[in-house]
Amino acid sequence: MKVRILVSLKESVLDPQGQTVRNALHTLGYHSVKDVRQGKVFEIELEGVGRSEAEKIIPEIADKVLANPIIEKFTWEILDY
Amino acid sequence: MKFGVVVFPGSNCDYDTFHVLQNVMGQETVFLWHKNHDLQGVDCVVLPGGFSYGDYLRSGAIARFSPIMVEVKKFAAAGGLVLGICNGFQILLEAGLLPGAMLRNKHLKFLCQHVHIRIDNPKTAFSNAGKKGQVLKIPIAHFDGNYYADPQLLAELERNKQIVFRYCDEKGNLTEEANVNGSLNSIAGLINRQGNVLGMMPHPERASERILGSEDGKIIFQSIINFLEKRTGAGKRKAGKIVRPAISPLPPLIGTF
Repeated sequence: MKVRILVSLKESVLDPQGQTVRNALHTLGYHSVKDVRQGKVFEIELEGVGRSEAEKIIPEIADKVLANPIIEKFTWEILDY
Repeated sequence: MKFGVVVFPGSNCDYDTFHVLQNVMGQETVFLWHKNHDLQGVDCVVLPGGFSYGDYLRSGAIARFSPIMVEVKKFAAAGGLVLGICNGFQILLEAGLLPGAMLRNKHLKFLCQHVHIRIDNPKTAFSNAGKKGQVLKIPIAHFDGNYYADPQLLAELERNKQIVFRYCDEKGNLTEEANVNGSLNSIAGLINRQGNVLGMMPHPERASERILGSEDGKIIFQSIINFLEKRTGAGKRKAGKIVRPAISPLPPLIGTF
């Protein structure tokens, strides 16, 4: 089973990297770019677990290790099963 | 007093810290290997600077799962003194021994320079050798030192006087320019509520000998010694007198990463 977890900074936390990317896009003439938020993607392969078990452990993994809940939030999806 | 310097794969200020504690401050010092569960009866644990586990995932995020950190957490819970310097501070935050988190520096640059920090709370185990408002010149070297806490936590830290050091100019003023990494409330060093765990981004071990341009870092180590001597009833040493043993070769690091 393949899972994709997306970790990014919370809306309330300033993202200077995202701002720098936005500014670069403006320099290139993409003025329709209003905001950029940068994050991390994790692709995890699970084996020997069913869907309900996966749905239980994925948020645990993200909350305990992949994201720092003080500054980051996460979303996840099961890619194939 | 006996100090323990933890060595993680990627620590690179471990030998500097060991050298200052043993040869400048004249204290018994041992290395604590990250894979061990033994704190060797030390009075104070120091988590040194560096790039533990290559800063993978987030700075300090992997080091907190090391076997030695299980013991460091127990030691801290029992009131033992823990000092985290730079990457050590980041590890303490990730391990939940200190509140808050680190973001990338405001201008997205790795900063390696001398800065000034002001002692805002001299009544701690890590700052008692200094005076309130005293300005120290100590270098920083980090990418992720932009301290973040939500407004509620920040207010709590201020109320409890947990902010021990703040970035300032050479006169002690808190300016936007002096707050080089963009930390909220210019936070450079933070202590836990119980007062036995301190994290700081500046490197006191790099400013403890005149030849390095500043000896202000000794104030932090001397404070710890003062506190421990008082606690164990060993009697306070005369101010300014530091025993300097002959420089001893540092022990080789044994173990595999």
